[in-house]
Amino acid sequence: MAIELTLNGESLSLDVEPDMPLLWAIRDLAGLTGTKFGCGKALCGACNVHMDGQVVRSCVLPVSAAAGRKVTTIEGLAKEGNHPVQVAWRELNVAQCGYCQSGQIMSAVALLERNPNPSNDDIDAAMSGNICRCGTYTRIREAIHRAAEGPS
Amino acid sequence: MSDLRHISRREFLKRTGQASGGLVLALSFTTACGPAGPGPLSKGAASVAPNVYVNVRNDGVVEIICHRSEMGQGIRTCLPQIIADEMDADWNQIELIQAIGDAKYGDQNTDGSTSIRNQFDLLRNAGATAREMLIAAAAAHWGVPAEDCVAREHAVHHEASRESAGFGELVDAASKLEAPTEAPFKSRADYRYIGKSMDTIDGFALTTGQAIYGIDTVLPNMLYASIERCPAFGGTIVSLDDSAAKAVAGVVDVIRLPDPTSPPVFNMQGGVAVLASNSWAAQQGREALKIEWDRGANGAHESATYRDALLESVTSDGNPVLTRGDVAAAFEAANSVHDAIYYAPYLSQAPMEPPAAIAQMTEDGGCEAWACTQNPQAAQDTVASTLGVDKQEVKVHVTLLGGGFGRKSKPDFIAEAAWLARETGRPVKVTWTREDDIRHGYFHSVSAQYLKAGLDADGNATSWLQRSCFPSIMSTFDPAATGPGGFELDLGLIDNPYDIANMQLETADAKAHLRIGWLRSVCNVFHAFAVCGFVDELAYLAGQDPKGHLLKLLGKPRQIDPADDGAKYTNYGHPLEKHPIDTGRYAAVIEKVAEMAGWGRVLPERHGLGIAVHRSFLSIVACVVELSVDEAGRIKVHEVWMAIDAGTTINPDRVISQMEGAAIFGMSIALHGEITAKDGAVIQGNYDTYPVVRMSEAPDAIHVHIMQSTAPPGGVGEPGVPPVAPAIVNAYYAATGKRIRELPLRNAGLT
Repeated sequence: MAIELTLNGESLSLDVEPDMPLLWAIRDLAGLTGTKFGCGKALCGACNVHMDGQVVRSCVLPVSAAAGRKVTTIEGLAKEGNHPVQVAWRELNVAQCGYCQSGQIMSAVALLERNPNPSNDDIDAAMSGNICRCGTYTRIREAIHRAAEGPS
Repeated sequence: MSDLRHISRREFLKRTGQASGGLVLALSFTTACGPAGPGPLSKGAASVAPNVYVNVRNDGVVEIICHRSEMGQGIRTCLPQIIADEMDADWNQIELIQAIGDAKYGDQNTDGSTSIRNQFDLLRNAGATAREMLIAAAAAHWGVPAEDCVAREHAVHHEASRESAGFGELVDAASKLEAPTEAPFKSRADYRYIGKSMDTIDGFALTTGQAIYGIDTVLPNMLYASIERCPAFGGTIVSLDDSAAKAVAGVVDVIRLPDPTSPPVFNMQGGVAVLASNSWAAQQGREALKIEWDRGANGAHESATYRDALLESVTSDGNPVLTRGDVAAAFEAANSVHDAIYYAPYLSQAPMEPPAAIAQMTEDGGCEAWACTQNPQAAQDTVASTLGVDKQEVKVHVTLLGGGFGRKSKPDFIAEAAWLARETGRPVKVTWTREDDIRHGYFHSVSAQYLKAGLDADGNATSWLQRSCFPSIMSTFDPAATGPGGFELDLGLIDNPYDIANMQLETADAKAHLRIGWLRSVCNVFHAFAVCGFVDELAYLAGQDPKGHLLKLLGKPRQIDPADDGAKYTNYGHPLEKHPIDTGRYAAVIEKVAEMAGWGRVLPERHGLGIAVHRSFLSIVACVVELSVDEAGRIKVHEVWMAIDAGTTINPDRVISQMEGAAIFGMSIALHGEITAKDGAVIQGNYDTYPVVRMSEAPDAIHVHIMQSTAPPGGVGEPGVPPVAPAIVNAYYAATGKRIRELPLRNAGLT
């Protein structure tokens, strides 16, 4: 069936099984591969995207639940890839392998939108759904604080 | 323009406000030479490749070929740092190209923390020979001796005549020369990039979703495959009903893979592949398969009974691999004897990107693959043998790796993609699910370690026996392997640094029932856990401060050769003269980390500090952990301090990041990591049953110090891991007085 949604500001009509997770619709059908598969069970956050401004786990969210909604992926976060969170991530060289970082960044952006000046505890609470096997957590905390402070 | 005659290229660009470009540089040179000069450099050749790692284009761009795999350790930044430095190339005029698998690059197996420690000289030589070739070209053109010319700022200069020519301008002239095979290296004082924390070269791609991993490659007309494998390793299919699978919308085909063969090596392990027009359809089709399995020879493997077998083996007579003095007599003569068994489970690497590869057959019967592989030449070999074609007919493109940790050294998943591409005649992408990754991998060995020390009246160790028991990596390559052997013993057993008069190190047999592979720091994980934990026990038995005891046990600064005690020791492939086991360097990192952590300070209630030191991959890391234990008995790791002596380092920030990552990886091993089997099948399947450390458990800070050193480089990716778990159990003892000898701590209700 046809599912219509807005992906990174563009209208999209997907001919898709309604129970297909949004992740696979984004990756395999819409062709945007910045959103990652990590667990398929809403455990790791590599697949995190925004739907109407909220973080959702696209690996378990049926694409039908995104019908008529606005979905933003890492590719649509900022035109030139220069969202303050992305900039802070680069300034602190947060990424090691980088695979989980799309999801980490999407979670961090949503955190800062609802809490512009989070404490470490706020960060830990908001970011604990995102696994980084390379172990970049301490830098992620620092980068979120830096993004919260704005351009230095 | 006569005033341009004697200005440098950089100055010229500055004055004219021009960005670099071929035309501008040519103009600069022509003008500077004037009519009496040697004439303009011709622009004939588009590029020149002084060696396989460097290609200089006539637009001035220096292409550097990265023949090692990037999995987060930073080699795509560090490798060009070395080459560009030796070339005196401008960092902003570098273009990095990822190499395909090809023997012409030499060793590409990105494993064993080898990229810098084994290839520093090779990479320096690549840059230096390129530099000398460009200098020779310029010198010949100017008619001056090459030794009077220097490379600086992406150009060659002749100081006496104040001539200069950009690298791009020299391409055509250089293309007519023979490339030198050797050239002198720069002096350390002249380094521009080596030793500097250059930003991660892929930083933009990694933060914008543009980075391409093995799972991301897409080809036209591609099929997506998901493979159901036998729950027990080595099992086979009794019956298959794929009718429901074929009825799933989007499913195109169902294909049986050939039954597994022994030994497993890097080959496919059988199973049934469902191929579909998208990943989800393939997974849904796979769910609908009805398969009856014969679990085969490993179908009875069960972790609790296997544990009993390991404990029996490790407490029976072993096979000595190092003998110093006479431990039996020393135990007899000792004032007291202390012994303990340390136990650590199977582990899965569980990189965030599961194994994923895409392959297509080429028109001439060869195969082209794209994959997140640590070892593209092994991928060529495995695909070639799987398809029965020549290695030369297999082209393997290396994508970024979403983590590796040893898993992606094994190209079984690439062979699956290649096999299915041939069977279907279409490009096929194979993506492992997380459950596939955790259940069907190449596992880090479960291990039991027996330790026994004889102590004198003051509690000082006079004798040490260690027996190491685990199913061997060798079993993956040799079905006759019966236990630990070869290089595995070099990873933290034979290279024991302690100054104990009587020492015997032994192995004990253990048969393998899963595919055994390697995980970040390999056998060093369980050897360091046991040795560093047991040494800490001896400190408390002697009533000594653990740090002071550690230094005392190391003895006076000296260099150790295990051959003196009859052991065969390979020292990670390097001579001991170049990379000694130097107890003075152990002591230095211990002193440093203790100073950083404020060792000996008064701690809050229920807090403890633990210390551990371990040498692996030619580097030494000392680690201190501060943790607390709450009233419910749960551990919180507050801070971690690490001091690393890795000899010469290339990019300090990437070394620091590897230590930070190792601290977290080591915490996951200590707190959570455990793979167990029942009826031959791995029980765990995802990050719920195989948890790893999350943000909420991450320490408040991880402090890293890099020892300043001019020694040859050691490894960096792995050596941070081994001391972390023992530092944690030692800190737990300091906080509680309870000794933990078995991982993970989760099983004791401590997380």
